[in-house]
Amino acid sequence: MEYEEAKQKIVEGLTKKLKTKSKFYFNDLAEILGEKPREAKKVINKLVEEGVLEYWSSGSTSMYGLTGTGKQAAAEHED
Amino acid sequence: MAKHATPMLDQLETGPWPSFVTDIKRQAEFRKKNQEKMNYQIPVDVCEDLLGILELSFKQGRTHWKHGGIVGVFGYGGGVIGRYCDQPEQFPGVAHFHTMRVAQPAGKFYTSSYLRELCDLWDFRGSGITNMHGSTGDIIFLGTTTPQLEEIFFELTHRINQDLGGSGSNLRTPSDCVGQARCEFACYDTQALCHDLTNEYQDELHRPAFPYKFKFKFDGCPNCCVASIARSDMSFIGTWRDDIRVDQKAVAAYVGGELKANAGAHSGRDWGKFDIQKEVVGLCPTGCMRYEGGKLEINNRECTRCMHCINVMPRALRIGLERGLSVLVGAKAPILDGAQMGTLLVPFISAEPPYSELKETVIEPIWDWWMEEGKNRERLGELIKRQGFGKLLEVTGFKPDPRMVKEPRSNPYIFWKEEEVEGGWERDINEFRKHHQR
Repeated sequence: MEYEEAKQKIVEGLTKKLKTKSKFYFNDLAEILGEKPREAKKVINKLVEEGVLEYWSSGSTSMYGLTGTGKQAAAEHED
Repeated sequence: MAKHATPMLDQLETGPWPSFVTDIKRQAEFRKKNQEKMNYQIPVDVCEDLLGILELSFKQGRTHWKHGGIVGVFGYGGGVIGRYCDQPEQFPGVAHFHTMRVAQPAGKFYTSSYLRELCDLWDFRGSGITNMHGSTGDIIFLGTTTPQLEEIFFELTHRINQDLGGSGSNLRTPSDCVGQARCEFACYDTQALCHDLTNEYQDELHRPAFPYKFKFKFDGCPNCCVASIARSDMSFIGTWRDDIRVDQKAVAAYVGGELKANAGAHSGRDWGKFDIQKEVVGLCPTGCMRYEGGKLEINNRECTRCMHCINVMPRALRIGLERGLSVLVGAKAPILDGAQMGTLLVPFISAEPPYSELKETVIEPIWDWWMEEGKNRERLGELIKRQGFGKLLEVTGFKPDPRMVKEPRSNPYIFWKEEEVEGGWERDINEFRKHHQR
């Protein structure tokens, strides 16, 4: 899958769900892409690098979200 | 005069053991005095506010820490854990109190000047409070603010030649025992393997794509000084497959009292004369030893490498010469589903660089399976339990082996598949009814 196509899928997929949640497991993203985890990881890493996605971590679990979304974003982005 | 009154915390200091409260108070005092005239980059009263917020939590019976955070350093999805408090006006020093995990050197070997460099950096850009070491083994820096993270990361990587460790759904910082550097029992070079896999799996360490945490731990021998068997999803334990080397003269010296049992470790009390029958032969878990006519014999085929005899008589008994390691999988602490010990998957495998067999036939196939089949927040041990040990053997290609079964009928992992059973699952019900009434 081309990067741009993957990016569009992720952004659309996550935006659609934004009303109910803002943080997603890696597997949710791999499912949206319809790729095996190892392949999905390459695209997801690039999306993080470009700032489309951002990490969230509780310390034990990591999740991904669209940059700037979610309750914590405003509080944490040191405005 | 302390910034906040902390009567409940003060009480914790009255116990018989060293208290973290005393340590934090001392650090608070150190920062306030600032004898080194350090230009602190985070609030000077961070430690006092930490004590204050903890006192408040004790008083109210509720936490004031929010859950997790977004912070990290560029390109890394682990190593930094965002911690924010929900009372920033009352305790501004801990409004941000992020944790940073720093990869510990293999075998935890470091010089005092290296430690001083780390501590100076942390006093300057953080609270100065450290946790040496966390349960994963990392050097843990407790408490800094978001703007300091990239600065600390730069200093660590460019000046101190050090990397961040793992956190979240990553490979966690691999951890090993002191190994062949100081220990004659080490059956392989734990530091070399730990270092090699840390470098090989940088992507897994820093960019989270696993269902949950994953831990590697390396023990040079079955004494398991880093407790890999109990604490790591994949545990590498040194072993040998030939015979324990016996020096009968040294055995006689232990019996005669010229050599002290356990290298004199228990000599603080008078335990009486060393009794090889009672203290070694009688304690062998498989009963594979015999001491008769001044000669110690071991039936090595029955030895399970418990290490007891070798620990008691290290001069007389030594590990074999054909060395490698065993791989056990699935250990974890009891967050979900109870604690689990590791289960033996590979009885013996070479531990020689470049470790290709280990990487290609054990680690990577298991990760591929777990990444695809693991549910969110499911550890490898839980997946093995859910899908069966047979499935793990299928994905790794290892043949079932009696050594994988703890004892008959108690291993919950082994399931038969239809094609493995003569006649399959189908049966002729009429034939069955001839012999069995409804």
